[in-house]
Amino acid sequence: MAQTIPYIVLLPLIGFVINGLFGSKLPKNFIGILGTLMVLIPFFLTIGLFMEIHSTGQPIQYTWFNWLTISEITLNIGFYIDQLSVWMMMIITGIGSVIHIYSAGYMHDDEGLHKFFAYLNLFIFSMLILIMGSSYLMMFFGWEGVGLCSYLLIGFWYKNKEYGYAARKAFVMNRIGDLGFLLAMFMIWNQFKSLDFVQILPNISNIDNSTITVIALLLFVGAVGKSAQLPLFTWLPDAMAGPTPVSALIHAATMVTAGIYLIIRSNAIFLSSELAQEVILVIALVTSLMSALIALQQNDIKKVLAYSTVSQLGLMFVALGVGAYDTALFHLTTHAFFKALLFLGAGSVIHAMGGEQDLRSMGGLKKYLPSTYWTFLIGTLAIIGFPLMSGFFSKDEILAKSFAYAPVVWGLVMAISILTAFYMLRLFYLTFFGDFKGTHHQKDHLHESPASMTIPLWILAILSLAGGLLNIPELFHGNHFLATWLSPVITGKVEAHHISHATEWILMGVTTIIILSILFYSYKKYAVNKAIAPSDDQVRGLNKTFANKFYIDDFYDNVIVEPVQFSSRIAHDYMEKSLIDRIVEGTGSLVKGIANLLRKTQNGNLEVYLLGMVVGAILIFLYNYWM
Amino acid sequence: MNQVTALINGVPVDHYVYLSLILFSIGIVGVLIRRNMIVVLMCIELMLNAVNLLMAAFSTYLNDAAGQIFVFFIMVVAAAEAAVGLAVLIMIYRNTKSVDISNLDKLKG
Repeated sequence: MAQTIPYIVLLPLIGFVINGLFGSKLPKNFIGILGTLMVLIPFFLTIGLFMEIHSTGQPIQYTWFNWLTISEITLNIGFYIDQLSVWMMMIITGIGSVIHIYSAGYMHDDEGLHKFFAYLNLFIFSMLILIMGSSYLMMFFGWEGVGLCSYLLIGFWYKNKEYGYAARKAFVMNRIGDLGFLLAMFMIWNQFKSLDFVQILPNISNIDNSTITVIALLLFVGAVGKSAQLPLFTWLPDAMAGPTPVSALIHAATMVTAGIYLIIRSNAIFLSSELAQEVILVIALVTSLMSALIALQQNDIKKVLAYSTVSQLGLMFVALGVGAYDTALFHLTTHAFFKALLFLGAGSVIHAMGGEQDLRSMGGLKKYLPSTYWTFLIGTLAIIGFPLMSGFFSKDEILAKSFAYAPVVWGLVMAISILTAFYMLRLFYLTFFGDFKGTHHQKDHLHESPASMTIPLWILAILSLAGGLLNIPELFHGNHFLATWLSPVITGKVEAHHISHATEWILMGVTTIIILSILFYSYKKYAVNKAIAPSDDQVRGLNKTFANKFYIDDFYDNVIVEPVQFSSRIAHDYMEKSLIDRIVEGTGSLVKGIANLLRKTQNGNLEVYLLGMVVGAILIFLYNYWM
Repeated sequence: MNQVTALINGVPVDHYVYLSLILFSIGIVGVLIRRNMIVVLMCIELMLNAVNLLMAAFSTYLNDAAGQIFVFFIMVVAAAEAAVGLAVLIMIYRNTKSVDISNLDKLKG
């Protein structure tokens, strides 16, 4: 099966090239079908790889070709497919295909349809390189590629200036993280003279502990940038400027989880450094809690989901911080299902509302959008951890693992889960229950989305319902499939924290009771009493801090953006205009002046030329004669 | 024939030099001051022939045939040059209805 590996990567690239170069001349349906097939076929090829790894249990190493050789440095384009990569590949190509189908419907009337599909395919290509690469260098290549695609797709509707700024912000913030990744690569190279996983990860114990800690922290900086954690998370909510399928695919299900993939892949490094683990845990908890609080007070349907994504990514990092790597991957998987579903559902709502994203204009959409309603309900229940939904299992595992690590961590994760339930139910009820609060025009326009959009919703809804089956805990006599599956990848030493089944039952019971009571409370508040979200000037006190995102954006604006822009203005006015411009323009006008003098000699009069020739000849003669 | 050769050999070489110098100077001055292109071409021929004369004279003086060979070459080239020059001149005349050299100022910068 190893020979299919290049095709998995190449097909999306081919889709990108065809749609990118000739898309404007191709029929619209063909563009969508081509783009989708170029992701769907790799999905089936990936299933083949999965089967093979499942039966052999051995990772597949595949060196495609030699990239370059400089003295003793040899860089290969190679792939390393193990249990972790193949799992991620299934998520990316699987959810990617579903979202491609959805996009064909969602973007059908957009004039840039071919461009959109070209970018999406380029994204899938880069993401697959990131996941499948056999070295940190390959991973970095994909890492930059997805950053580029994210930029292109956030700024997809580039005619809106705000969207362009959002794209730029995402790009710059990601570069900060990339710098950390790059420095980590330099240090790894310095230690091992190689960037290949197979050369590095088994030999981590050969280098001293402080170096490992620095490498781990630098890698984590990269992960923080890509996975939108404090202090670099502000780009993700702004990234919602992109079309909704992009938010679902890139900014919820796949790209933002690259940081988690990076840490799971480098588990040997991280598990050798206690400090790095603790830093991850603290940053993750703070990020997750803060973004959950912010989400409580947002009124833009996509912004709520964006902060929710930041919060859930934080939970995954919490799992990484407590050393529960399989749990992080499990939550990553279920989150990919239900968050993609929620975003696509939000897209369907926005589509029906004619582009309106404000929750305060929605309400009562239940009877107009039945498919969207039911699938959104499933997604919401999954994310808040309603019993037996996918989110229930993954979140419960995080809770159990963090209780085993330290009860205080459990308490914070519990608080985050409670907040998650609050803001998600608020979003859900404000959208689908109560009275419709939009304009008459919007009300007449309300309609269920076409089948190409609702079918993906149902597929993801089924996955969100059943995703928990992937990793049924022993408590329910499951076999912990994912944990067993991933165990060959986790080569670092994990400190085992075990809690008894009785404790686990109690924790689960507490969670369930709290979730159910929040469900009841929200239903009462929003569906029965028809509470509505207050307008901006009515928000007071702490809520105002949440609504203004803890003023982090303002802080960055005042402390970083403004001074940089001020110094740029100084440089522009004084350096550029009065110094460099004058030198450059002075050179130009000097040449022009001399030329003006000299062109007088070119008067076109043959006699003068001849005279010049003769005089010249005489002068040369005289020169030779006297010298 | 021998008489003629003897007569020519009898003329001192510096006379030839002065004659060539005068012919060449007349050629140069003609090229520079005359505006009729036909005259200018004739003056160029004059300059060439002044050189030819000098070559032949020195060739005889030094008893070296190479100079005379050069003269033949120069005459061939001069004939070709005159043909091309006159052809150009005819084209110019057809286009401008004049052979005045000062009309040719199209290259003015």
